[in-house]
Amino acid sequence: MPAQHSAPHPRAGAALSLRGIGKRYGGLSVLHELALDIAPGSFVAVIGRSGCGKSTLLRLIAGLERPDHGEIRIDGVPQRQLSGDVRVMFQDSRLLPWRRVIDNVRLGLPASAAAHAAEVLAQVGLAQRARDWPRVLSGGQKQRVALARALVHDPRLLLLDEPLGALDALTRIEMHRLIERLWLERGFTAVLVTHDVAEAVALADRVILLENGAPAMDLAIDLPRPRRRDAAFARLEQRILARLLGTEAAAPEPAQADAKVRKLA
Amino acid sequence: MSAGRTGNRLTRGALPWLLPAAALLGWQLAVSLQWLSTAILPSPLEVGQATWELARSGELWQHILASSRRAALGFVIGAGIGFALGLLNGLSRRAETLLDTSVQMIRNVPHLAMIPLVIIWFGIDDAGKVFLVVLGVFFPVYVNTLHGIKSVDPGLIEMGRSYGLGKVRLFLDVIFPGALPSIFVGVRYALGFMWLTLIVSETIATTNGIGYMAMNAREFMRLDVVVLGILIYAVLGKLADTIARLLERRTLAWHPGYHPS
Repeated sequence: MPAQHSAPHPRAGAALSLRGIGKRYGGLSVLHELALDIAPGSFVAVIGRSGCGKSTLLRLIAGLERPDHGEIRIDGVPQRQLSGDVRVMFQDSRLLPWRRVIDNVRLGLPASAAAHAAEVLAQVGLAQRARDWPRVLSGGQKQRVALARALVHDPRLLLLDEPLGALDALTRIEMHRLIERLWLERGFTAVLVTHDVAEAVALADRVILLENGAPAMDLAIDLPRPRRRDAAFARLEQRILARLLGTEAAAPEPAQADAKVRKLA
Repeated sequence: MSAGRTGNRLTRGALPWLLPAAALLGWQLAVSLQWLSTAILPSPLEVGQATWELARSGELWQHILASSRRAALGFVIGAGIGFALGLLNGLSRRAETLLDTSVQMIRNVPHLAMIPLVIIWFGIDDAGKVFLVVLGVFFPVYVNTLHGIKSVDPGLIEMGRSYGLGKVRLFLDVIFPGALPSIFVGVRYALGFMWLTLIVSETIATTNGIGYMAMNAREFMRLDVVVLGILIYAVLGKLADTIARLLERRTLAWHPGYHPS
């Protein structure tokens, strides 16, 4: 659970509950009867191979797409459309190239929010780049602007869709620290989709491994923060990796996969 | 160091004008040395003289004004309709399905082929010329506006939506600026078509305008005025393009293709 800091944000994290979620594209079932509860203020990482449905899951939670079956509730309220409480950080930064950095951060906000936007931009360490065009920023800086743009709305649920996938290793570690610090300060609920096991263990309280459109592993990460890459870290990482790779070595029969899910549920 | 840089800048500023200046000089020489008969091409000095005479009598301005009026009116109407229809079809799939095929069919009719019909419809009135300019300008603006809107990154639109932008804000903040580079391409094409259409239509049936001035001069074998007419078209065309380019540079400062170097 997030630690309470001296200036706590009034808006606490949202609780998320998914029931019987199903989604198909054409003939292909991407998610099937998926059920998931995420506690308010927690940091959950969803990992899995490409095509396991993790990005689809995030898009459904975000309200960017509707599930074919099932219901998504945010704080018990069925989610019907895009919610102001939910913000998404995309894989690519999706900054508007024709707006300066600060104007990207305050996208969709009234002019009166300018000071707040500048403040949040300073929190991600880019105050001095406010008047720059996005094209002159590095990949890591772009994602920090995207993070500021998401946080300026004080979201109660932040969805991160592999936002660090394209960054170099060092920048990625810096971003982990930044995201963790802001999450601790603000107390929103975070759902991170990633294929990087180390990233999941570094950031999340709970790692969910998605396989064939259903959770195949659900692991609590009970390491102190800020996380150090010590033996306990490595053991957890190893465990998850083994599970991920194991499924590659012997592709499970569909029946077998179902059995695993049932064991979990 | 700084002197060298200034010299450099001077050369760079003068360099594009070197060839035109040389051509002008060669032209004057060719006529003066009677390599070229003045019955084929008057000398630059004669053209300059004709310009001065016509400018002093006020005739020149009257013709330029008449042509510019037609050009501007036709451009505003044609580009306005093209832009509006491009927006409509770019933003509404239903409108596109209904209209685009028809527009594309009409597009394949060369608008200058309509001149005989236009003369019958409008006589030799201004309206006919403006109508032709409207036709010539409409399609490049329409096609490029539509293309610009269609090619806005869907990821940005999705982002805008998920960040709570309403329809109007989504258009103003995301779709329109994203389509703008392409719209400018259309506008610059349209400016070219605008002058071309005007030149052709003014030489066929008019009582004023630059085209009329040139055609009338031909009757009296005033070659200097004919050449002047051609040069004015060139200057006006270049002027329109320069304005469009300046506008482009101002509004597309964000674009990697336009950064100030």
